[in-house]
Amino acid sequence: MPRKVVITGLGATTPIGGDVPTMWANALTGVSGARTIEADWVQKYELPVTFAAQIATGASEVLSRVESKRMDPSTQFAVVAAREAWRDSGIEEVDKDRLAVAFATGIGGVWTLLDAWDTLREKGPRRVLPMTVPMLMPNGPAAAVSLDLGARAGAHTPVSACASGTEALHQGLELIRSGKADVVMCGGAEAAIHPMPIAAFASMQALSRRNSEPELASRPYDTDRDGFVMGEGAGALVIEAEEHALARGARIYAELAGTSVTADAYHITAPDPEGLGATRALKAALFDARAQAEDVVHVNAHATSTPVGDKPEYTALNAALGAHLDQVAVSATKSQTGHLLGASGAMEAIMTVLALHERKAPVTINLDNQDPEIPLDIVTAPRDLPAGDVVALSNSFGFGGHNAVIVLRNV
Amino acid sequence: MASNEEILAGLAEIVNEETGLAPESVEMDKSFTDDLDIDSISMMTIVVNAEEKFGVRIPDEEVKNLKTVGDAVTFISGAQA
Repeated sequence: MPRKVVITGLGATTPIGGDVPTMWANALTGVSGARTIEADWVQKYELPVTFAAQIATGASEVLSRVESKRMDPSTQFAVVAAREAWRDSGIEEVDKDRLAVAFATGIGGVWTLLDAWDTLREKGPRRVLPMTVPMLMPNGPAAAVSLDLGARAGAHTPVSACASGTEALHQGLELIRSGKADVVMCGGAEAAIHPMPIAAFASMQALSRRNSEPELASRPYDTDRDGFVMGEGAGALVIEAEEHALARGARIYAELAGTSVTADAYHITAPDPEGLGATRALKAALFDARAQAEDVVHVNAHATSTPVGDKPEYTALNAALGAHLDQVAVSATKSQTGHLLGASGAMEAIMTVLALHERKAPVTINLDNQDPEIPLDIVTAPRDLPAGDVVALSNSFGFGGHNAVIVLRNV
Repeated sequence: MASNEEILAGLAEIVNEETGLAPESVEMDKSFTDDLDIDSISMMTIVVNAEEKFGVRIPDEEVKNLKTVGDAVTFISGAQA
């Protein structure tokens, strides 16, 4: 039997709340974090998409000015979320040589990179500041969190586009099971609401263009869905070997029972229409958790609200869970938060942990006309989850054909 | 042309912006590394910002000679002359 791993601390900064309690209260009510972007660059570049789901509480309200100056926004979000998760875990003493970090990002320090490029072009190489490289590197969030906590058992950065945050939990579980760490700060961070990524995602027709109604734009499974909504923020989870958590009398939210990562090897961006890679990930994650399809009561779906993306996930869920899928409450929380790219998996893992812990599924908003080709039982109003020993899943899929699934079990 | 007092005040502002140190703690006889605890990356950032603020060039090989705040003030003053 592998070591059992449990979740003992949660932290987040998101478009629907600057901390976990606020985010969760909103997730159960159903609010939209999407707004028109109040920045001059929207008009300056005549962006085809003029809205996004920006974080509810600026990192500068939490971090000192000097801390912020040395961090890309993605790293700022990571540190804000990780500090909340660490406080929430109640850990007072830990062997720092046995404490690791697995903190993901999809894109990395894109603000820093492009600001430095602008500086180079306008003012020359001498004005490109010496902190530019440590601020733009994709491992910046993991490194800063490691530094902040004094975590010395390795600081890892899974990068698999929109599957990154979920892959961080996969990596964290492996670190504890293999005996390399007892506690891992897992998470994901993203800060890519910048004109260039918006232009690029819009260019590939991935973004919703519902500019006049931002709050209605993210509508997974709805027949009128037309793309995802860019989000930003971070989620962080303290995961811990069960014996370590029990020895210190920790409050345990849930067991991180199993994970799986697969690759489609089908197309660089399009999901396999038959969802074969996602199906393999779902089945392997359940197997890893020693769980049956019948144990599943809740899924936090990837469901980004793109016309082509939502259906293959249904196909995969159907293939992995069979007839039992009818009894599974599915939540598409990106309807509220937008798509946090490399942070989404971590934030959604937190929602799934809390759903299991409190037996309440978060709601899906903007589902007016459910796509008849996706006959899932979607949670659109607050709903209690069944009692008993059950599991819940969170799925994430990323450009590049990355599929990542986690299985959580109640404790 | 700025006076030494003006250069000191400007430098103190730059140091404060980079490190959060109180401007009044940035005094002529203070060592950047030993007294103000400024690491090499922060020092280079301060140099780059000082170049812009005072319209001077501080060559990389000169930076290692700027041990104290006073050294920097003297260098900037001379470079402006």
